[in-house]
Amino acid sequence: MLLDDKSVYLMRLGDNALVLSQRLSEWCGKGPAFEEDMALTNTALDLIGQARMWLSYAGEVEGRGRDEDALAFRRDAHEFTNLLLVEQPNGDYAHTLVRQFFFDVWHHLTLDALTRSADDRIADIASKAIKEVAYHLRRSSDLVVRLGDGSAESRRRMQDAVDALWMFTGEMFKADETEELLGAQGLACDPSTLKDAWLAMVREVFDEATLTVPAGEWMQKGGKQGRHGEHLGLLLAEMQFLQRAYPNASW
Amino acid sequence: MERKEWPLWEVFVRSRNGLDHKHCGSVHAPDAKLALQVARDVYTRRQEGVSIWVVEASNIVASDPDAKPELFDPAEDKIYRHPTFYQLPDKVNHM
Repeated sequence: MLLDDKSVYLMRLGDNALVLSQRLSEWCGKGPAFEEDMALTNTALDLIGQARMWLSYAGEVEGRGRDEDALAFRRDAHEFTNLLLVEQPNGDYAHTLVRQFFFDVWHHLTLDALTRSADDRIADIASKAIKEVAYHLRRSSDLVVRLGDGSAESRRRMQDAVDALWMFTGEMFKADETEELLGAQGLACDPSTLKDAWLAMVREVFDEATLTVPAGEWMQKGGKQGRHGEHLGLLLAEMQFLQRAYPNASW
Repeated sequence: MERKEWPLWEVFVRSRNGLDHKHCGSVHAPDAKLALQVARDVYTRRQEGVSIWVVEASNIVASDPDAKPELFDPAEDKIYRHPTFYQLPDKVNHM
């Protein structure tokens, strides 16, 4: 059923943006410098805007009367379909940056493909979002180079973060039936087509940052199917508390 | 570990319909590239079609407030120094 596939796909896009936005907002007031604090929260705000657009559309396509708020605040962890990468904890600044960089490269490639979607509304949302993500990507790749090619300590922290997060990158390119189907119809972006471009970009930035691309082949997966690590449940407990305590409160 | 202090940058922004860059504030940043990014986040809210200049504060030379009399007063009582003092022939338009 095509409509189901489409709402599933849209929800994944929304969930990625929503969960990463929530993670980034945890940095508010704790950034390493005032200017970084501003930039991180700006990125969080961009992503929440994108999440709203994807989830609103997903709810409409689904046709079960769930709006963006219902999808964000009334689903449990096993119903969330974000990539495992974006739910990883912030850790130190290196972990946050590497997570951001890995995602930004994938996100930019994905949105670029979606601007050519046969679905006008998907193409519209992607066109709006890609402007913001181009900025996210420029910032994160710049900072990866600065800190990778920075002091001995910053380089060590960055490489540690790369090594720790590497196993969450494979999922970004593992297409499932939904993505293959919608990709073949020109509606969505089949993520398996992005892997080479993603790796090339990551290698290019890592070369300049004097960081090593890990050799690890084994990858975690399951986020898109609702199988998450322990971190997501805690994130949602905090994010959804008010709506759970006072269901249907208007705000 | 020694933390590198970030220098101060002065920010000038030309708004979308503006003709000139106006000084709008300052930011701290490690270099010009990041100063531009921060200025864009803080002072332009990413409106399209604006132009931003950042100048490291140490590159700006200001006039001395105590020297105001000799710098600016002489112009005040010599009206023949002002272009408006002179009558122009009617043939000259748009002056």
